[in-house]
Amino acid sequence: MSDIADKVKKIVVEHLGVDEDKVTENASFIDDLGADSLDTVELVMAFEEEFGIEIPDDAAEKIQTVKDAIDFISANS
Amino acid sequence: MFDLSGKKALVTGATGGIGASIAKALHAAGAEVAISGTRAEKLQELAAELGGRVHVIAANLSDRTSVDQLVKDAGEVLGSVDILVNNAGITKDNLAMRMKEDEWDSVMQVNLESAFRLIKGLMRGMMKARWGRVVNITSVVGVTGNPGQANYCASKAGMIGMSKALAAELASRGITVNCVAPGFIATPMTEVLTDEQKAAITNGIPSGELGSPEDIASAVLYLASNEAKYVTGQTLHVNGGLAMI
Repeated sequence: MSDIADKVKKIVVEHLGVDEDKVTENASFIDDLGADSLDTVELVMAFEEEFGIEIPDDAAEKIQTVKDAIDFISANS
Repeated sequence: MFDLSGKKALVTGATGGIGASIAKALHAAGAEVAISGTRAEKLQELAAELGGRVHVIAANLSDRTSVDQLVKDAGEVLGSVDILVNNAGITKDNLAMRMKEDEWDSVMQVNLESAFRLIKGLMRGMMKARWGRVVNITSVVGVTGNPGQANYCASKAGMIGMSKALAAELASRGITVNCVAPGFIATPMTEVLTDEQKAAITNGIPSGELGSPEDIASAVLYLASNEAKYVTGQTLHVNGGLAMI
C-alpha cells in the first residue's frame, strides 16, 4: 500500500512539477495541484503504465485526488 | 531549414500522386516514413524508390478494424509516430437528389472518421514526447462548396473543424494540428482531360495553371517542421489564387 502511495506521489510530482509536500493524499489534482483536464488524462496514462493496469474511462473520471488514485490502484493491481 | 532527421512520419493514401509526393518530401528532409495505402504493389514501388528509412503498411481506411490495425502496425514499425499526415481520401460524386446512403457513408468514413481514429490512436505518443505534428489534407471545396460533392465537401469541411478542436486541445503539449487545402492539382486524373477542358479549369485560376503534387508536399513539409511550431488550427490554402480565404 505505502509502496503504491509513494509511486503515485512520485508520478504526480514529476508530471505536474509540484512540490512533494503539496502532494498530500487529499490533494485534488485540479483544485490543489494546478492540473488541467489534459493533465488528468496524462496522469491516468502514467498510472496505467507504471502499474500495468487498465483504468476504464468511467473510473478515470472519478479519480480526482491523490487518494482516489491510490485507492483505485490498490484495489485493481 | 525543415530538417526532420530522427522524426517518424505516417502518411496515408501514399499511393496517390499527392500522397507519394508528401512521403518523398518528408523522407528527403530526413524523416523515417511509413507509407500506407490500399494498393500494396504501388506502395512497394514507392518504397523501392525511397530506399532506406521506409516502411510499407497496407491498410483499407473504409474498414474500422483496418484503421485500428494501422495504428498498431505504425507503432510497431516506427516505435512512435511524430508526424501524421492524413492524406487518404475518396470521392463518390453525385447530385444530392441521387446520392446513395453508401456514397455518403463511405466518403465520411474514409475522409473524416478514419482521420480522427488515427489521430486518437497516435496522440498518446505525441503527448508523451511533447512534440507532434498532424497535417490533414482537406480541399478548397470544403470551404467553397461544389455541386455534386455534398459528401466530399462535408467530409473536408469536417476535417477543418475537427483540426481546430484538436489544435486547441493539444497545443499545450507541443502538438500542432493543421490542414492543407489543395485546389486543382495535376494528377493522372487530370491528364486525360482535353485541352479545352483544361483551359476551362485554368481560366478560373489567377496563376493560370494547375498545381503540382510537390506544391502540396512543400506546404505539408513546412507544417511538419519545427519552424511551424507556432502555427496551429490553421488551413493553408494551396490553390494558385483560385479561392482566397
